[in-house]
Amino acid sequence: MTTASLSDPRAGVVAPEKQGMTSWQFWGILMVAPYLLIFALFVVYPVFYAFWLAHKPESYVHLFNDPIFIRSIFNTLAFLIIGINLKMVVALLLSGFFMNERKWVKALSVIFILPWAVPSIPTILSVRFMLNPEWGVINQLIFRLTGDDGPNWLNDPQLALFLSILMHIWKSLPFWTLILLAGRLAISNDLYEAASVDGASNLQKFRFITWPSMQQLYLTCTILSMIWTLGDFNSVYLLTGGGPADLTHVLATLGIRYLRLDQVDLSMATIVCALPIILPLVYVMMKRLSK
Amino acid sequence: MKTFFRTATNEAKLLLVGIPVLIWTLLPIYHLCLFAFSDKQSAFSGALWPKNPTLRNFEVVFGQKHYFLHLFWQQLFNSVFIAAATGALTLLVATFAAFSISRLKVKGGRTVLNMALFTYFIPAAFLAVPMYRTMGLYGLLNSQWALILAMVTIASPYAIWVLKQASDKLPAELDEAAIMDGATPMQLFRLVYIPLMLPSLVAVGTYAVLLAWNEYLYAFLLLSKDTTITLPVALGNFLAADDSPWELLMTTGLIYALPPAAMYYAVKKYMVGGLTAGAVKS
Repeated sequence: MTTASLSDPRAGVVAPEKQGMTSWQFWGILMVAPYLLIFALFVVYPVFYAFWLAHKPESYVHLFNDPIFIRSIFNTLAFLIIGINLKMVVALLLSGFFMNERKWVKALSVIFILPWAVPSIPTILSVRFMLNPEWGVINQLIFRLTGDDGPNWLNDPQLALFLSILMHIWKSLPFWTLILLAGRLAISNDLYEAASVDGASNLQKFRFITWPSMQQLYLTCTILSMIWTLGDFNSVYLLTGGGPADLTHVLATLGIRYLRLDQVDLSMATIVCALPIILPLVYVMMKRLSK
Repeated sequence: MKTFFRTATNEAKLLLVGIPVLIWTLLPIYHLCLFAFSDKQSAFSGALWPKNPTLRNFEVVFGQKHYFLHLFWQQLFNSVFIAAATGALTLLVATFAAFSISRLKVKGGRTVLNMALFTYFIPAAFLAVPMYRTMGLYGLLNSQWALILAMVTIASPYAIWVLKQASDKLPAELDEAAIMDGATPMQLFRLVYIPLMLPSLVAVGTYAVLLAWNEYLYAFLLLSKDTTITLPVALGNFLAADDSPWELLMTTGLIYALPPAAMYYAVKKYMVGGLTAGAVKS
């Protein structure tokens, strides 16, 4: 009797809330379902399919015997190690420049974002023609100034790869500068003022105030940029097409090259070979972001 | 006098950085415009400015008066359609998911979010080939829906994440008040959530539209008919010819580059906030 009378009102309170909760859960599942469907159909299934296509050991033997594959691994590493460090250091320095309050610096920062705001295809093709050995504006300028023919820019593998890296930097530098600028703006001005009172030089201010506060952000940006750069297809494909003689491919373009040659197995195997670079980076990023 | 000199040297130092930055930034874009407003002869002569500026190239492009451009308007429309559909679908999928995870606290929401984040970090170029094969299996190849669905797949993880971050910031009292008034989850979503999330929705929608508009790799893999391809694929096809009409290529490129640039600047305020919230959280 007492237990009943005790539990009844409790049930009366709990029941509607519980019912409410289930209805909320029901709606919750219903609303997250479209994404789960997309995820299952266009991420999970393709990924498993890719692994299945890449399961044959022969593919890897074939890959590692292909000099183009070995070359593109080195190219990819050059992109990551030289390209990204160069880009991030310049972005860090430029973010300091854009801290300036002058009107013309503010105006410049609006123009500076253009490479990021415009699609990459037209600008890459524009650069491609600028570098044309005969008709391009650069070599015609060199000829007019010195009377000599300029280099055949995109026909030299090293030069062509370096130009692809520069193309990549041109495109993504504004984004990272902006992010690092946001990081700099978050540092309290009091710190700098106190340092000025103590007679600190600009270099000391950077070393003891800016860098310690920006370190983590800088590292996050570098890792993220590495992951994204691994997938940068356009800067290489549209500027050099992987040439000359397939010597400037990176892993992202090589996968597509194999696909076009109807060697899907090799294409998938290339992607699998990129995983040892990508997965640790993704793991670190996930750790950092889910904190 | 001394202070004058100091400001002058300071200004000079700044200009020493500013001028190279300006040239570096504008050179490829200036070169693009230079070609668009020059006739072929002047463009190929290495002139640094158009000797006889002309709108002839735009006439040819808009009038579809060249073999490479005979479907210009159709391809422009394809680009618009695919970008708009991607934007709308991404917003729908991502807003639902973010609302469900952040406000309805659906079970396993954290896992869904991690899955989305994981997808966001996989470089899109590596998913392209598997996606291409899968679309073939689904029988979607050469359909524009293949590209739209692929773009939604790539855009929604970041969209969900940004929207989830933004909606976590909305006060919990809102939901409680809505429940007290007996609102259903759908009413809460429509009447409270959407209006409050509008700035983030603008940012995310723009992000998805620009992603789809700018996409080259997926578009050229998934679409192949002249009547279904988007403008960037058409631009890439120019390269196949030995004697490409580069002045027309650049003109089309300029026309193609203007809408996303305008859109970016129009919503820059929201974009920068959203992007930094997305990438900076360290």
